[in-house]
Amino acid sequence: MNDFLKFYPIFWREMVYRKKRLGKILIGSVINPILFLTTFGLGLGKRISVGGENYLDFVLPGIIALSSLNNSYNSIGADLNIRRTIYKAFDQYVVAPIKPSSIVLGEVLAGALHGFVSCFILLGLGFLFGAHVRLTLMFFIVLFTSCIIFASLGVVAAMVADSHADMASFGTFVLLPMTFLGGTFFPVDSMPIIVKALVWMMPLTPVSFSLRSIVLGKGVPVYSIIGVFAWAVIMYVLAVVMVSRKSAN
Amino acid sequence: MEQNQLKDRGTSVFWPIKNKSRRVMHRGRAGIILENTKYIIETKNLVKVFGKIKAVDDISFEIARGEIFALLGPNGAGKTTTIRMLITLSRPTSGTALINGYDVVRQPFEVKKQIGVVPQQSNLERELTAWENMELTGMLYGMKKEDRRKRIQELLEYVGLLDRAHSNVEEYSGGMKRRLMIARALMHRPRILFLDEPTVGLDPQTRRKIWDLIKSMNRSGMTVMFTTHYMEEAENLCNRVAIMNRGKLIAVGTPHELKQNIGRIVLEHLEGDVTTRRFFQSRMEALKYAGSLKDNTNINIRPANLEDVFVMLTGDDLSDLG
Ligand SMILES: Nc1ncnc2c1ncn2[C@@H]1O[C@H](COP(=O)(O)OP(=O)(O)O)[C@@H](O)[C@H]1O
Ligand SMILES: [Mg+2]
Repeated sequence: MNDFLKFYPIFWREMVYRKKRLGKILIGSVINPILFLTTFGLGLGKRISVGGENYLDFVLPGIIALSSLNNSYNSIGADLNIRRTIYKAFDQYVVAPIKPSSIVLGEVLAGALHGFVSCFILLGLGFLFGAHVRLTLMFFIVLFTSCIIFASLGVVAAMVADSHADMASFGTFVLLPMTFLGGTFFPVDSMPIIVKALVWMMPLTPVSFSLRSIVLGKGVPVYSIIGVFAWAVIMYVLAVVMVSRKSAN
Repeated sequence: MEQNQLKDRGTSVFWPIKNKSRRVMHRGRAGIILENTKYIIETKNLVKVFGKIKAVDDISFEIARGEIFALLGPNGAGKTTTIRMLITLSRPTSGTALINGYDVVRQPFEVKKQIGVVPQQSNLERELTAWENMELTGMLYGMKKEDRRKRIQELLEYVGLLDRAHSNVEEYSGGMKRRLMIARALMHRPRILFLDEPTVGLDPQTRRKIWDLIKSMNRSGMTVMFTTHYMEEAENLCNRVAIMNRGKLIAVGTPHELKQNIGRIVLEHLEGDVTTRRFFQSRMEALKYAGSLKDNTNINIRPANLEDVFVMLTGDDLSDLG
């Protein structure tokens, strides 16, 4: 078999698993966005505008960015962590003649695809709520790359955390700050300079910035998009390193 | 090596070949394959340290092709750690281990292709069916679709799970899971099978079934290494046994040799609450000794077993520790 295609069994397993849980997964993908859209679109949206934009239009790309994070990360992180630490199913991959880079590729592609599909559902709901968005090819490229970043982060977390509690802490310390500060609900520009510097070091920030800029027709922010791609590479490599480290200890 | 493997595959189905004795198998194989080494498993001064614990403390042993080799010892002896180093799941702190001539640290990829693994704890994909679990393994080892299908059919039938092939594994009993893990470990036709405590927690019937499976796989030419803390399991199943205690190997040999060394007959003498054991080479000698005792009411004379060997060599009681 072609060396590159070695990721396929891993990806296949994730797809078989998801097919069996399709109903639950779909319901999960719908509830979260509806809550967000109701709160920000209908609740707050009517009263405020940001930089001349209707708040719903402003916040939707942020929520999509956030959704790519949550869905990609959660679709891989918790399950892989449990399979590694409790059910030991991950050992199967380690004793098989397959490289960590292929293991990570299979997991990440599956998680990213899951996240990507969830974002589509959100996007559809956004339209129903009356948002105005311009979708370009670049929008989808950035969005999928974002899903890769956070699916990889899910793999990293699953490898680092040696228990369910560790996994929860990882969510609190790494994901939660990003959720609120990563340019999701309000513009990063309005923050003090030190906070701004920190916020720009988070991988979600260039994602929401790029998506928003594209959606609102403000052009394609090149540096920000380069940042998104760079994060994808960094996170993937980090995931491979963590898998290699955890696979023989 | 790639060529050797192809030749090997081409000339024998490798498994299952019924009604062929191991000796015939050996001669046949030796004629066909350019074996890398005389021994299929060789370890030298293997050590594994976890923090302050020396889980495996400088062990060296060899396993010949076609052997069933048992690693016997109480819980915490270091059996699982030893196996994990041999199957590339754990990196030795020092020392070397060769699997079919390949070094577990420097050539892990080659090692992985040689081995099938049945771990102590179920590591099946719970949300997948038996068939899907087998399919996943076949894919991981790069088997072709048609080959996978035939092999899964054949193996699930062999372990008696074909009728449950499409139920999710989480619905399986412990014994079914163990049988599925064995089938899965054989999927890619490995040369060596590692089983860690293959019958722990199983009822006597299932246990016997697993023993039969192991024996029949071995008859088809596979080398088998397993760990156990049941001395009768080692005694029933293996050609040679290594006794392990507190990270060290304290004896290696056939069960017969080991018993011979301490004395084949045991005389147990209960005085008050204390049992003392003495070993003799024959029943006659034991009886003579019994006759010389003042109080010979609580005496039991029986053939020695591996537990006696363990107690004799360590001063510990295997059943207490286990
Ligand atoms: N990952 C680990 N970290 C720390 N100690 C370990 C680890 N694995 C095993 N040990 C210790 O090594 C010793 C041998 O354990 P193990 O190989 O599981 O024994 P056995 O399989 O014979 O019951 C035990 O004292 C155990 O606590
Ligand atoms: Mg063990």
